[in-house]
Order: sequence, then C-alpha cells, then structure tokens
Amino acid sequence: MSSTSNPPTHHTSTIGAIGAPSRRNTELALLVFAVAIPVFAYANVGLAIDGSVPSGLLSYGLGLGLLAGVAHLVVRKFAPYADPLLLPLATLLNGLGLVCIWRLDQSKLLQSLPNFFTAAPRQLLYTALGIALFAVVLVFLKDHRVLQRYTYISMFTALVLLVLPLVPGLGANIYGAKIWINIPGLGSLQPGEFAKIALAVFFAGYLMVKRDALALASRRFMGLYLPRGRDLGPILVVWVISILILVFETDLGTSLLFFGMFVIMLYVATERTSWIVFGLLMSAAGAVGVGSIEPHVHQRVEAWLNPLNEWKLSRQGIGGHSEQSMEALWAFGSGGTLGSGWGQGHSDLIKFAANSDFILATFGEELGLAGIMAILLIYALIVERGVRTALAARDPFGKLLAVGLSGAFALQVFVVSGGVMGLIPLTGMTMPFMAYGGSSVLANWALIGILIRISDTARRPAPAPVSNPDAEMTQVVRP
Amino acid sequence: MNKPLRRIAIFCGLLVLTLLIRDNWLQYAKADSLRNDELNRRVTIARYSVPRGDIIVGDTPITGSTETKSNGLNDLKYKRTYKDGPMWAPVTGYASQAFGATQLENLDDGILTGNDDRLFFRNTLDMITGKPKQGGNVVTTLNAAAQKAAYNGLKSRGKGAVVALEPSTGKILALASYPSYDPSSFAGASSADGKAWQQLQKKNNPDDPMQNRALRETYPPGSTFKVVTAAAALENGLYTSADQHTDSPDPWIMPGTRTPLPNEGNIPCKNATMREALRWSCNTVFGKIGATLGNDKMLAEAKKFGFDSEQFTPVRSNASVFSEKMEPSQVAQSSIGQFNTAATPLQMAMVVSAIANDGKLMKPYMVDKLTSPNLDTLEQTQPEEMSRPLSSKNAQILQSMMETVVTDGTGKNAQIGGGVTVGGKTGTAQHGVNNSEKPYAWFISYAKTSDGSAPVAVAVVVEDSAASRDDISGGGLAAPIAKSVMEAVINSKK
Repeated sequence: MSSTSNPPTHHTSTIGAIGAPSRRNTELALLVFAVAIPVFAYANVGLAIDGSVPSGLLSYGLGLGLLAGVAHLVVRKFAPYADPLLLPLATLLNGLGLVCIWRLDQSKLLQSLPNFFTAAPRQLLYTALGIALFAVVLVFLKDHRVLQRYTYISMFTALVLLVLPLVPGLGANIYGAKIWINIPGLGSLQPGEFAKIALAVFFAGYLMVKRDALALASRRFMGLYLPRGRDLGPILVVWVISILILVFETDLGTSLLFFGMFVIMLYVATERTSWIVFGLLMSAAGAVGVGSIEPHVHQRVEAWLNPLNEWKLSRQGIGGHSEQSMEALWAFGSGGTLGSGWGQGHSDLIKFAANSDFILATFGEELGLAGIMAILLIYALIVERGVRTALAARDPFGKLLAVGLSGAFALQVFVVSGGVMGLIPLTGMTMPFMAYGGSSVLANWALIGILIRISDTARRPAPAPVSNPDAEMTQVVRP
Repeated sequence: MNKPLRRIAIFCGLLVLTLLIRDNWLQYAKADSLRNDELNRRVTIARYSVPRGDIIVGDTPITGSTETKSNGLNDLKYKRTYKDGPMWAPVTGYASQAFGATQLENLDDGILTGNDDRLFFRNTLDMITGKPKQGGNVVTTLNAAAQKAAYNGLKSRGKGAVVALEPSTGKILALASYPSYDPSSFAGASSADGKAWQQLQKKNNPDDPMQNRALRETYPPGSTFKVVTAAAALENGLYTSADQHTDSPDPWIMPGTRTPLPNEGNIPCKNATMREALRWSCNTVFGKIGATLGNDKMLAEAKKFGFDSEQFTPVRSNASVFSEKMEPSQVAQSSIGQFNTAATPLQMAMVVSAIANDGKLMKPYMVDKLTSPNLDTLEQTQPEEMSRPLSSKNAQILQSMMETVVTDGTGKNAQIGGGVTVGGKTGTAQHGVNNSEKPYAWFISYAKTSDGSAPVAVAVVVEDSAASRDDISGGGLAAPIAKSVMEAVINSKK
C-alpha cells in the first residue's frame, strides 16, 4: 500500500486520480509530528509551572500516540485512499487542546472556584471515545451514499436534538445560552454539535433531489435569478427555525451556523448566486431584529460593543454581566507577538469557561500572535481539505455533504474565535477539538470520520475502464 | 457543482483571513495598550512579582518590600512597605496591591518593577544567567532632616504643608503635608487593608489625609503674594528702589468703588517705602501698586513665577491662580493675595526660590536620578531654568526688603543667627464667607549663609489652626516651622 507501488500519477486535484497514491505513509509521518508537538508542549507546561517534567508525560505521550496509532490503522484498513492531512491535523489540535486544559487545571485561581474539577483526564476520555466513534464511522459506513437513505430521519433527529435543550427539566441554562442538556449520571451535553452533522446529511439528501427545481425554475431580474415563490419555502423554513433557535436558545452562534450551512449548501446545489444574496439579507434581518428585541441577545451585543463597560459592571457585582470578554482581550493583548510561553500566562483570570469557550485566549496569551495564526491556519487547512474532498467527490450527495460539513466547521471556527477575539458578539459554542467538552470532541471526530470516508471514496482508483479499442488507438504517447 | 465549491473555498479563506487580521489587530496593533491597561490584572501581578525597587532619600531607602503572607490564592507575591510612611507619603505616593499606585510609585513604576526598556538588556542577561529579575531605584532630591523638621513642625501645629527648594537647582528638599497617611496600612489586598483604605477616604475622614496639600491644594496666599507685587513694581519700573517713597494714600479707596482697602491694625502705611510697606505688610501700598500696574502686567509677572500652569516635579501639582479680566478693584485685592488668587505651597516656594536665586527660577524636581538594581545611573535629572521673573538687581532689592521683614518686621520668629541671613514674608489669608473661617497662616523665606549662597527656600502654610483668630499670623505659627526646616538644611550641609 505504499506510494511507491503505484503507477505515476496525473497531478490533478479535482478528478479522482486514477491510481492515486494512498498517501498512508505521509499520514503516518505527519501523525508522528502531531503527537510529538503536544508532548513537547506538555513537558513545557510542567517545566514552566513546577520546574520539572510532568510525571504523566510518558503515559500522556503513549496515550495520545496509541489513539493516533489506532485511528491511523483504522484508516489504513478501511479507508486506504483517504486524505492524508485530516487525521494528523485533528490529532494535533486535540493534543494541544488537552495540554492547554491540563495547564489550566494547574491554575490555583481556577482551583479555588466552586465548580472546579480536573478536566484533563475527562477530556482524554472524551478523546478516546471520539476516536472510537471515528473508527466506528469508518468501519460501519462503507459508503457515505448510504446516508442518503436517512435524509428525513436525519431531519427528524436534528430537530429533536435542537429542541432538547428547551425541554423543561432536561435543558440547562449556562450563562444565558440554552444550548445544553443535563443527562443524570452522564453530565451535560451540547446536542447542537450532533445536530450539525444530522442537518448536513439532511440538507445534502434533500438538496440533491430538489436542486434542479430550485435552480432552473426561476425568473431573471437585475442579473439575479429570482426563485419562484414556492421554491422559497425550504429556505424560509430553515430561516424561521434559526430565528427560533436564536430566540429560545438565545445563542447567535448556533443559529448562524445552521443557517449559514444551509445557504452554503443551497448555493453549491443550485449554482445560483441569488441564494447567497437572499441568505445574507435574511440572516442580517434576523440577527438585527432579534438582537434589538430579545434582551439576552441584546445584552450580548452591548457587551460586544463595549467590553470594558461590561467588565466594570460585572466588577461592581451587578448580576447578568460577565468579565470574560474583556479578560480574554487582555489575555490576547498581553500575549503579544510571541506570547508568554506555555504555563506563564494569566489567562486563568477569565475564570469560568477558560478551558472551553475561551480556550483560544489561553493560546493567545501563551503562544502569542504566532501561535494563534498557526492554529487558525491549521483550522483553515482542515476546511481546505474538506472542500477539496467535495471537489474530488464524484457524486453530488458526497459533494454536498462534504462542503456542508466543512462549511459548518469553518463557520464554527469563525463564530467562536471571532467571539472570543471580540470581532462579533460572543456565543456559547466551543472551538472544535481544542475546547473542553465531550459533545464537541465526539461530534467533530465523527465529522472528520465522514469527511475521510468521502475522500476515500473520491480518491479511490476508479474501477478499470472497459477496454475500448478506439481509445487505445488515440492514446497520447508521451515522450 | 465545482464552480460554487471553489467560491465557497474562497469564502472560507476570507473568514479565516478576517480572523487573522483581527488577531493581528489585537495582538500586535493594540497589544501594548491592552497589556499596560491599569485594569488588566497582569499589570498588578507584574508590579508585585519581584521585590520592588526602592525610593531613596540620601543613601537610605524609605521603602521596602516584603513577601505577601499567602493564603494560597493571592497571585501577588510581594507587598510594599514604607519607613516613616506618613512623613514621606507626599513624595512616594502609594503602591497598593488592591488600590493601584500614585505619584512616584506610579510614574516610575517601570523602573521600580524592572519592566522599563532601559532595564531590558540587564533583564535579558539575568534571565540567561538565571538570576531573578530586580527592580531599579528612584533616588530623590529630598533632604531627610528637612523633611523631618517640616513634618514634625506641622504635626505639632495642625493641618498644613511645607515645601522647601534649593534655589540654585530647583531640587525639592522637603515636601510635607499634614495630616498624612501611612501607605503601608493599605499596601496589601486583605480586608484589613481595605478597611484602612476606607477610613482614609475623605467621605469617612473630614481631615482628608490622602490629600497632598503641598502640591494639590491651593490656598489664598494672602500677604505673601505681596513679594510678587513688589517684583512687578520693580520690573515694570514703577519704583526703582526699596527706599523710595511710594505714592500711597491711607486710607485708599479702591478704583471704581467707594470701598477703602483696609490695613490690619494701625500701621504706618501712608506713602511708605516698599521696604516699610513689606515690613508692616501694608495692604494699601501693594493694593494700589497692583491697581496702577493693571491686570495684564500683574498677570504677566505672576505667570513668570509659575502661576496658572501645572508643575511636573514629575509628580503633578495643581495650577496656582491669578485671574485675568478683572476690575481694577479686584486686581488690587488680588495683588495682596486675596480675591481669586490662590497658590499651592510649591508655588510660593518657587516664588521665594526665584528671588533668593537672584531672579532665576529653576524648575522644581524631586527625582535626582534613576538607577539600575546595581546602582548604575540610568537617567540623571539636570537642573533646568524655567524663567527669569526679575532681574538680578531687582532680586537683590527684594531680598533686602525681605531681610528687613525678618530683622525688624512680622517675621522675627524666623531669625537664625550665626552668620545666616534670612529673608521672608508672613501672610494671613482670610477665607470663608465674610472671612468667617479661621485664616490660613503663611510664611515664605530663604536663608543665606555667610558665603552668600542661598541653600534653601521654603514655603509653609498652616490651615485651620486650633488657635484663636487673633493669634494666627504667619509669623507666629508658620515662621518657626520654616526656621527649623532652614536650619535642618544648613546643618546638613556642614
């Protein structure tokens, strides 16, 4: 299965390359780095905080290495032609996230808070579960097109998942956003993370069937193809659902994520720019409308426009305000270009959710501008590989699903880091792979699993073409 | 479907690009202002992460650092301590874990914490060799003996302030304010510190001990302002000698009014010479001089002495006031230090210092040099001429007038003897509605040693004294303090 055994390749990225190298060895080499970097970071944190290499270094390194190794073997066996970058990139982010969570566990300030618990061991467990889920996806999902059969079941699942946080007794209101549910004995869960995948499956299945109707039956007006009134139905429904999420779950991020994903997939399915224009107008109208009416959303917007004032209000002990946004900005600023170094920052001043929603601020302070740029580029690379998978996919369902998942991933990264960096109002979502949280880790490993499955199908050598004598005769002979 | 896919790829790229730009804005463009924001806890953490450098008087540090008694949570490792805190508080200000820093503690925070760029090379070297970071020191110009004399003098007499300057350089030798506060009492972050802080606030303590009266309180200067008026008369050629008879009726009706400007008691002021007028502190003579010169000329002279602008020593002082656009009668009142005229003790010390320095006003300063932890000088303050309020000849005329005040006039309590010549002026400034409140007692003076040099100029104000109104006069209350401060300076020079 090594690349050397394959015939020379055509260097084209869009068409499934016939006889493409599997690139599994590349993946393995990259994985070595993806494990080594977090291990070094882990040692670095220990040295900075206690002056000694942490005692758990070996077990942590072995643990992460083992998980990555298992994931690699599963890919090698069940998806041999998969994209070689996705797994190492996700492993690296997950590993760095673990180090950062462990680093924040060492903070005396955070330890003194009433709700403190050591999060790193749990996150390691979630990572193991996440990679197990990743393996399950690859083992049992032999072909992503199977998912097409579950289009409407996915829709139903997604709706249920989205409504769950609103069920009395089950939903939990954490700092204003109602996007959590409490399962007794299991802890809390963010169902929106899983709904993201279910919705992508539904949208892909639905749009594949309806794309012709949506694309062709339209009138031209001022250079734009205006859809027929009745074709506006689906986008209106999704829009209304997004607005309902915003109003009832008061989370701008989740709402923006789902609507954005739908618009992206609609645009790809129909190739009509008008949908983008509609989508932007509708989301702007929705965000402004709800932002000025719903008090919690409105307050988040206020906090975004004037974080220092919000900080002061919170300092004066006025309820409902939070110091986090301003503390995060200070953390970023104090990090500067090169950062304070692992373990030497004071991002624990953010206190609540320092290791989940705000984990990027710790990276910002301790690794600096350089570190954040690298991390953002790693995320960008994951998205790029996802979109490339969509380009390479040979079936429309695979294309739509891949672009939907990677688009949602990109939007999530944008919404979360934009929120933490004060670019847009803060939301309750978390950085994929890095932030503490079981739902997020599990769902994103499943997402990577599906992308790897699609890319494997896309890059797998096509069945040998039926030999055609004419083709033989017109074959181009290369010197 | 591939064309829109490529566009989506570009769109996702733009999202990431936006994030990158925002991050550069935060962590590069705005980094310094975020990092150094006083509200950013990291500033406080850095301030107390290493033993702070010291503020030094002479060769003795007046500050120190002690390890914070930790309950495991306090992220601030060291705490500031002060020796003779109340005495030095007007100089040092405070550095408190909970309440921030002021004055020298704040202005030279970079040096004291070791974060100043000038210590960068040294810090880097220390980091490589594994030595802990250290803060630099601030060496002040103050004179410990003079400061002690000033503070104890005020303590025994009531609220007030003393400023002493070295006329030839502008060095601040004493800067005392009473009542004062001990910055040690709230240097930490415990609840006891919080309580001490609350008790010092003006709303809980009507004496307002945290007010730096030497720099931040303006008082009506009363008769001490007459030396400024006399300087204006000489500089503008209205009179050319101390012993020339002035054209001064007594009683004198202020121009544009029917109100006479009264003198205090029955004193010989009619057509008195300026020397006699200063000796007896004649309101009529100097009121008329002010009215004759007019608002503009008086204002110009006052400004040359430093009125109407803040001084940075480097600790900021409030601006003293001499108004513009006044009626002639108001100019007359202003010229004897009443009406709107108001001066900080520092300002009056600058006035007398310029006269003692033969007319040259030196910029007052209290930081002699900044040093690195191993006492290398990082920055040395050079004396700087601020202005020339009067010519050398006129300054000497004014000196001889002020010396008469001390030998034969209201300032006899400031006489030192032993070859030391003292020139001074008393002042008793009225204030309150209809002058109902107790007046402020002023005394400004300089001392000249037998070699003709003037090592010290001093301004003393005592406010709200417990003594009865009649007893309050600059000569009685303030002059003895000025005398002990001048003696302390002269003795420390020997």
